[in-house]
Amino acid sequence: MGQLSGPTDPSADARWEDHPPRKGFFTDTSICIGCKACEVACKEWNHNPQDGNLELLKSSYDNTGALGASTWRHVAFVEQGQERVVQARESGRALVSLGMPAIGPPAPAADQDLSEVDTTPPDTPDFRWLMSSDVCKHCTHAGCLDVCPTGALFRTEFGTVVVQDDVCNGCGTCVAGCPFGVIERRSDGTVAVAAQREEPHAQPPAVPNVGIAQKCTLCYDRLIADETPACAKACPTTSIKFGDHDHMVETARARVAELHAQGLTEARLYGANELDGVGGTGSVFLLLDEPEVYGLPPDPRVPTADLPRMYRRAGMAVAGMVAAAALAFLRGRA
Amino acid sequence: MTHSEFDSFRPTEPARRRRTDRRGAGRRRDGGDGSREMPMVPEAEFTSYYGRPVVKPAPWGDDVAAYLFLGGVAGGSALLGLGGQLTGRPTLRRNARVTALAAVSLGAVALVRDLGRPERFLHMLRTFKLTSPMSVGSWILSAFSAGAGVAAVAEIDRMSSARLPLGPLRPVLQAVEGPAGVEAALFAGPLAAYTAVLLGDTATPTWNAAREELPFVFVSSAALASAGLAMITTPVREAGPARKLAAFGVMGEMVAMRVMEHRMDPVEAEPLHQGRAGAMLRWSERLAAAGGLGTLLGGRNRAVAAASGLALLAASALTRFGVFEAGLSSAKDPRYTIEPQKNRLAARRAAGITGDSITTAG
Amino acid sequence: MANADCIVIQGSNMAECHPVGYQWVAEAKARGAKVIHVDPRFTRTSAVADKHIPIRAGSDVVLLGALINYVISNDLWFKEYVSAYTNAATLVHADYRDAEDLGGLFSGFNPETGAYDTASWSYAEEAGDAIGEPGAGSEHGSDASARAAGHQFGSGGPALEHARVQRDDTLQDPRTVFQIVKRHYARYTPEMVHDMCGIEVADFEYLARAITENSGRERTTCFAYAVGWTQHSLGAQFIRAAAILQLLLGNLGRPGGGIMALRGHASIQGSTDIPTLFNLLPGYLPMPTAGRHDTLSQYLEAIASKKQKGFWADADAYTVSLLKAWWGEAANAENDWAYDYLPRLTGAHGTYETVMGMLEDEVEGYFLLGQNPAVGSAHGRMQRLGMSHLKWLVVRDLNLIESATWWKDGPEIESGELHTEDIETEVFFLPAATHVEKAGSFTQTQRLLQWRHQAVAPPGDCQSELQFFFELGERIRQKLAGSDDERDRPLLDLTWDYPTDAHGDPNPEAVLAEINGRHLEGPDAGKPLPAYTELRADGTTSAGCWIYTGVYAGGINHAANRKPGREQGPAAPEWGWAWPANRRILYNRASADPDGKPWSERKKYIWWDQEQGRWVGDDVPDFPVDRAPGSQPDPAAGGPEALSGDDPFIMQADGKGWLFAPKGLVDGPLPTHYEAQESPVANALYPQQQSPARLVFPRADNLSAPSAGTSGAEVYPYVFTTYRLTEHHTAGGMSRWLPYLSELQPEMFCEVSPELAAERGLEPYGWATIVSPRSAIEARVLVTERMTPLSVGGRTVHQIGLPYHWGVGNDAVVSGDAANDLLGITLDPNVQIQESKVASCDIRPGRRPRGPALLALVAEYQARAGTTIETGNRAVTDPAAEGIEPKPGGHGGAGGRR
Repeated sequence: MGQLSGPTDPSADARWEDHPPRKGFFTDTSICIGCKACEVACKEWNHNPQDGNLELLKSSYDNTGALGASTWRHVAFVEQGQERVVQARESGRALVSLGMPAIGPPAPAADQDLSEVDTTPPDTPDFRWLMSSDVCKHCTHAGCLDVCPTGALFRTEFGTVVVQDDVCNGCGTCVAGCPFGVIERRSDGTVAVAAQREEPHAQPPAVPNVGIAQKCTLCYDRLIADETPACAKACPTTSIKFGDHDHMVETARARVAELHAQGLTEARLYGANELDGVGGTGSVFLLLDEPEVYGLPPDPRVPTADLPRMYRRAGMAVAGMVAAAALAFLRGRA
Repeated sequence: MTHSEFDSFRPTEPARRRRTDRRGAGRRRDGGDGSREMPMVPEAEFTSYYGRPVVKPAPWGDDVAAYLFLGGVAGGSALLGLGGQLTGRPTLRRNARVTALAAVSLGAVALVRDLGRPERFLHMLRTFKLTSPMSVGSWILSAFSAGAGVAAVAEIDRMSSARLPLGPLRPVLQAVEGPAGVEAALFAGPLAAYTAVLLGDTATPTWNAAREELPFVFVSSAALASAGLAMITTPVREAGPARKLAAFGVMGEMVAMRVMEHRMDPVEAEPLHQGRAGAMLRWSERLAAAGGLGTLLGGRNRAVAAASGLALLAASALTRFGVFEAGLSSAKDPRYTIEPQKNRLAARRAAGITGDSITTAG
Repeated sequence: MANADCIVIQGSNMAECHPVGYQWVAEAKARGAKVIHVDPRFTRTSAVADKHIPIRAGSDVVLLGALINYVISNDLWFKEYVSAYTNAATLVHADYRDAEDLGGLFSGFNPETGAYDTASWSYAEEAGDAIGEPGAGSEHGSDASARAAGHQFGSGGPALEHARVQRDDTLQDPRTVFQIVKRHYARYTPEMVHDMCGIEVADFEYLARAITENSGRERTTCFAYAVGWTQHSLGAQFIRAAAILQLLLGNLGRPGGGIMALRGHASIQGSTDIPTLFNLLPGYLPMPTAGRHDTLSQYLEAIASKKQKGFWADADAYTVSLLKAWWGEAANAENDWAYDYLPRLTGAHGTYETVMGMLEDEVEGYFLLGQNPAVGSAHGRMQRLGMSHLKWLVVRDLNLIESATWWKDGPEIESGELHTEDIETEVFFLPAATHVEKAGSFTQTQRLLQWRHQAVAPPGDCQSELQFFFELGERIRQKLAGSDDERDRPLLDLTWDYPTDAHGDPNPEAVLAEINGRHLEGPDAGKPLPAYTELRADGTTSAGCWIYTGVYAGGINHAANRKPGREQGPAAPEWGWAWPANRRILYNRASADPDGKPWSERKKYIWWDQEQGRWVGDDVPDFPVDRAPGSQPDPAAGGPEALSGDDPFIMQADGKGWLFAPKGLVDGPLPTHYEAQESPVANALYPQQQSPARLVFPRADNLSAPSAGTSGAEVYPYVFTTYRLTEHHTAGGMSRWLPYLSELQPEMFCEVSPELAAERGLEPYGWATIVSPRSAIEARVLVTERMTPLSVGGRTVHQIGLPYHWGVGNDAVVSGDAANDLLGITLDPNVQIQESKVASCDIRPGRRPRGPALLALVAEYQARAGTTIETGNRAVTDPAAEGIEPKPGGHGGAGGRR
């Protein structure tokens, strides 16, 4: 077993030699305009089928719902009143006063004193509409990859995690293994999109990769060709930034410091800490509220981090079972 | 608000929302979660994204729950078979070997059926991966099936008075039959226990929270189920060890279950008590207790033994289905993901550990 | 926009509807700019703005007028800029009377015709007379609404006889433009804004402070608008109001300033430059009108006087070059350059007049190209019924849009008004190539032409528009070949000789070259023209659209220039090509002070280089390049020669920015607040409720809701406004057939506030029926705090938001009721745009009735409101208050005016 938790270089861990720098996204939700171009560009490039049922999902302008087998970028829409804005500002301020992260590169915001920043109205909006484009986190310690029994999921030279469609047998273990609820097995209850304009209403082509676990590949095929992933390319406001992971984290830290300086203490980073439960994520987010508001887990932990201990406990249980059986027969013989 | 002696019976009122509206025109009432489109919905006590799940439930159907049960039965039976083999109980050995093969075969079929691409089931064996309990389990299952298969075929050949078209292989079979029984028994425990690791090693809140004790629950359940099955199939004369194993199993499961629930976050344990999963687990406990009592008090009576065995089998099945179901429902409700995580994060922060949060200020 | 210090987005949902352009707002914000969104709804634009200010739809002139008043009364205007570069000091004719004096009407209103005689709005001549229109002579007082058709001056201001104006540079004379403007807006106060727009005084002050603190020498403020400003019965005046404000703040012609007209499609700008509008020729030359422009000399005299200042005085060269481009050798001096080949307007022939013409069986055939009027035009029912009267209909589109299928699955089939078997219209559907299947140019918001290369060949029978029209022309010309009928000459003499590729598709670069124009004689004959200043009126040059001249200079397609911005200067002149003359900011002479120095280092852009004796800077100077700042030529010289060194507005007849418009508008020289055709609010500023000069169509199928103060107004108590979502494109022809887009916004919905939902018992995500005097539609209900009930004049005004993308039909991936069915037809008299951003309705829970019961529901509401064809259609609200009584037997001024 390789390293199961803690800071590490995932590509090196996966025994890539002379690999390029780790790639990742920085999604700055403070400038997202919710246009969903990322969702569409992603589906276009990856030929993912339509998966909505063509009814309103009852969640503001979000009719996609969540990341899934056919939706690899998902834009969340959250409407909030002023009380919640104040709370978000407070919780962000509390994070600053915790002085996090404890180690790692020094955060520019760490030595700022935000206690004096005025956050009262009218500078606190009385209403806000949060938009945030979610995507696979490409974790340093990826639950999906670790638990995959077939090797269908693998770590690329860019430090990302990709499913090999021709290997996956659809066992679904990865689905339960992801602490972010990203990867999903594609069911056939979806509608494929005609690839050709000649026959938009002819018999729709078969949905590709049914029964196989699917998720964002960070456009592995584009990365190999030195191209930007489709979503980042399509984003009109650079809310989705793509680049070397270290650079993304740096950019994210600078941005959150900038927002803090403007009194927007609700700004915080998500996934930029390599000491967290998944060893840091390849996709870093700037959020304006607690992660769960956006449907993200507040304290995710890759389950395999505890696997050695689980194996030990199982070993003890097996021993107990064998002992019980032996006891049953021994006493019987006596 | 008035105060009366009946205040303690008053349902708790949600905290009154502060109206910070400057306009006075009623704009922008407040609320926490994403469901601001629906002001009529009472405010939940925790925040989520429109109540949608954070983690995804495993896409596993009842086939997998059945496999959890059958794998346990197979494992326990193989142990009983080896016991019978070593202690000279031919009926017990024969029945246990046959049931082990039957259970593991049914289980394997169920498992393959549940695959998204069943035709690719052999891909399970294209690699061996220690970080993947599913991979480890596949190899355990294969290894177990090999031994159990050989042992059971030998029994069947014997039962059919050597009518199986084995030809020159018969002597080989007879030679390896004993070692095969040992080999199967070697993998019996792992077969019964790895499924607990499989469930524990997920982001599914209730399974993950149960990871420490679930192996004990599962091996106990395997023991009592296989013992119960042996008590049904085998005359009381040879079923003594089975009755004892059943008693150990019932005791083990009850203890393990209680310890497990005790050590889980109360929120994470909740799905074990609610809905269908809760009902199944309640009945599992009752049936296990009844089966255990029956075994102890009337185990030497064939009818009582058979009834007790049936109860134990049912108890084991209900345990597996219950735990399985509880996990799935815990994944479907974001509360079970978010609240325990928030609690543990707050606890760590309270303890002065502030450097390991995924959310950072910079 | 990226250079702005403050951006006010009003009348536009820029982030949602122009997400790609919004990157520049995002960039400005990243550089520290303040972004304020004024809109009835809290939209995705509001979400990323610094502040959202909710406003009652249609009340924008009150807010902008109050900002003008704030700037003037607090002495915050940019004095040097205003004094030198605007017409603030110019004196207006003594006969002028303001709306303030006449209860909401300006001098010159004729209740008989419902139109203004604009003579009294003129500048005073040095001699004391009025400066009229060139060649007008006795024309004063003629039918102004017919004249409206000719009032299209896109790149040039309206014509004046000459530019010898009277000035008072102290601005103290009560007849100066400045004093008139000051008086006109004196009652537009923050309190009035509160009472009419529903905007809190504190919010108003925030806005006023933001724009004034971010204007001046060091800073600039930018406005951006879209159809939220234009689609009103006084839409042109909304934009005029912003122009006055920006002139007072000195924000025109400077980096980060201006008023951005956001265009809703890839090449809508292009479609007005080389127009699809009935009253324009390419380059904003007016379409000739029968009776007034019968000869070329009459026409040229009318559109631009040789005696006025600036480049519009050369309109004769632009016109003759256009005629040469179209008819080549056949256009010669003897036949006035084939001027008589041009058709003549006999009246307004806009899209709505055309539909009414269909209903009266005056129009036999209809081409629809990239247009889906059954869903996308106001009063969808009238559109569809109009089409049912046609003999033939050609729909060229990517998909079987509702305008091609209304005869079998339209709402009128369901309601029983139409029966498929009775419809005699022959409908032809011709498949069209998409934008990736053809090459050509897009002209976007910034007047930037960007070439687009063909990616793939169109499938099957799909054709580009270019190929379609080329072939159509070929076939018609073949049919007419040999004809000696005079009326066939224009077609037979057309230059129609484009090289084609193997598929018969004409080379679009050849068309671009023709548009650019070429020398026809002399040593350079055949060579592309480098600039429009080279155009001549003597037939030696041709140009298909004079403002585009230069795009093909040197035989190079400059629209295809693709040098990344990071590799060039701030104006990025080598990315695409902007008309005119690849100039990125119009009137950029104003970015320097009267002495030719930049107003500030921070905002330097174009300046006078004394040593070189010419204007230099980041952009192509928008001024005679060697005209020194202090030059004072004789204004009588006329044309570009007459421009003084401080006349930056080189297309205006006097070289100045017009705070007050003495010519060119038919509904008033200053923006004045009137309520919309339908409004639950009474005009608190004037007794006059609606714009008196608006174009109304009193017809039984175009009833209006009673406005505030008249009986029945309470039957349609709510305001609705229509709009677009990012996920769909206009009437859906390019998005509702695409599953990836359809799943993102699958269903028609309406947006209402929680208060309105409670008032009407609307269930979140349930159904609601919205009823107007024209129709009733159903929609899912989004109850959201993004909609704000406004406190207006002591009562609460609820606004309902309706996206208009869905339509009734069976072919699209998603369909639904069309919001535009609710709208009636009332037009702005200047530009004939429909009022579709504000109207009255009722909303009730549940789905709408089906079949004839739907018509019964609409009729029941009409009866309850007592609405008739007279309702809301009087030009003058209260003749007694105005002292104007129409003669007995008149139609209240407006009747039958078309």
